[in-house]
Amino acid sequence: MAKMRKFDTKVQHLKYKVLREVARAAWDDKLMQNITSIPKRIMPGNEPTMRCCIYKERAILGERIRLAMGGDMSNPNVIEVLDIACDECPVSGYDVTEACRGCIAHRCEDVCRFGAITFDEHQKAHIDKSKCKNCGACSKVCPYSAIINRTRPCERACKIKAIHMGPDKAAEIDNSKCVSCGACVYQCPFGAIADKSFILNVIDILKKSDNNNKYKVYAVVAPSIAGQFSYAKVGQAIKGITELGFYHVVEAALGADMVAFAESKELTECDDFLTSSCCPAFVDYIKKHYPELEGHISHNLSPAATIAKYMKEKEPDCKIVFIGPCTAKKMEFQKKEVRPYIDSVITFEELQALFDSRDIDIMTLEEDYLDNASYFGRIFARSGGLADAVAQGLKEHGLEDFKYNPLSCDGLDQCKIALLRASKGNLPNNFIEGMACTGGCIGGAGCLTHEEKNKKDVDAYGELAYEKTISDAISLLK
Amino acid sequence: MKVTICIGSSCHLKGSRQIIEELQNLVKENNLTEKVELCGAFCMKNCTNGVSVTVDDKLFSVSPETAKSFFNSEILSKVN
Repeated sequence: MAKMRKFDTKVQHLKYKVLREVARAAWDDKLMQNITSIPKRIMPGNEPTMRCCIYKERAILGERIRLAMGGDMSNPNVIEVLDIACDECPVSGYDVTEACRGCIAHRCEDVCRFGAITFDEHQKAHIDKSKCKNCGACSKVCPYSAIINRTRPCERACKIKAIHMGPDKAAEIDNSKCVSCGACVYQCPFGAIADKSFILNVIDILKKSDNNNKYKVYAVVAPSIAGQFSYAKVGQAIKGITELGFYHVVEAALGADMVAFAESKELTECDDFLTSSCCPAFVDYIKKHYPELEGHISHNLSPAATIAKYMKEKEPDCKIVFIGPCTAKKMEFQKKEVRPYIDSVITFEELQALFDSRDIDIMTLEEDYLDNASYFGRIFARSGGLADAVAQGLKEHGLEDFKYNPLSCDGLDQCKIALLRASKGNLPNNFIEGMACTGGCIGGAGCLTHEEKNKKDVDAYGELAYEKTISDAISLLK
Repeated sequence: MKVTICIGSSCHLKGSRQIIEELQNLVKENNLTEKVELCGAFCMKNCTNGVSVTVDDKLFSVSPETAKSFFNSEILSKVN
């Protein structure tokens, strides 16, 4: 059975095991009794398998347990560095290695625009760090692949330079810049950066509901679920969520339909340009890095918050848990404008851990239905989907004459270019779809897998939607 | 009178939207908009017999085909 679980990396698998054990103990109200035995249960042997010694491995597991229980409450960021897990990777940038043969061609010297390459008496190349800009051009042209990039994977993953080496050499996050997208979490090869978990909060909400008698607990699930849990069917994962004790599962994509409908109208009424507000990391990026553009952000809440708001207005005492691919959602739901609607947030990674903490094998379950949204709401999960949905929204409003010129920014590096142009008044587009993760939500750090096929899965899932237009999907909500 | 139509996934696939549209039209045609409140709810735990509709908390199973007769017997004749 365990073989069927699919994670991209062993780091994710390790994190999953910790979440599963913490959850297992929490369901039985035995977390405090069992907490010290969890590291040993995960690492039973006396031989280290990952680090210098078993004691360090278990100490790091202790830190992972802390994160699984909610992490450092005094740190407002939902992304945290586990200092002792950080391997303190080199930070020297581009370096010439032993593989340099001291050739005659010196392509590296010719291609360097900064005059940073020098040669010793053996004709071997050296990089003058005071001149090098880490552009990587020399590395690309060396016929011996002798020049390598020693930028830390976390720093390379962070397109907005919010992580750097701290005074003790471990990575340090600058909370004034970080947007909690989780790119570093997914990219750190040592699993030294992690997102705080709210699984204990969710277990508590479910338990106190007394089987949904005291209040109902709804799960709002992101459409990127289509490419996840690939060892089973989406319907079985939905059934698994109700087996965990949720009353009912609702598509966040229905909120996306509502957003697309409202946002297309808003676009025609705004001057200059509008940016999307769906991706909480993108919104946070604008607020922290381009505050002068804040007025251009759409006034819509994110799709999950929009549908949750609708549900809470109908049923004020219900509880709503968002389940998705996103670590930034854990930051978003704590904001004052979202807090009244979303009670907690977990990722697909954490959902898998919750299933297994209750020994729920979703492959053995019958399929449940999940069908609230239209094709357009569902394709929000991948880059370009939101812009397509806004185009459809314009059409359904009868506003086809509006000259719609969208730009879909796939990943924070593209968002950065677009916002930079916009801040200088050089943006030809009137709508920016901003997605912090590469590929859109399907590239989220909380996904179990990140594969090429996930985009196709989302599109195919969109095609399966019963409702074919945004207006039809949202007409139910009036 | 409060009429709640289930818009959970299972009922949605069985035609909640068509029923809502039909009931909205009938309520309007019969000038009952002041007296009948139509609303949606996510799941009434009666999925196998959907589409579930409650009239002041009494549960009914309705299909798009039976929506009109349901309106006549359970809403129109009882509203006053």
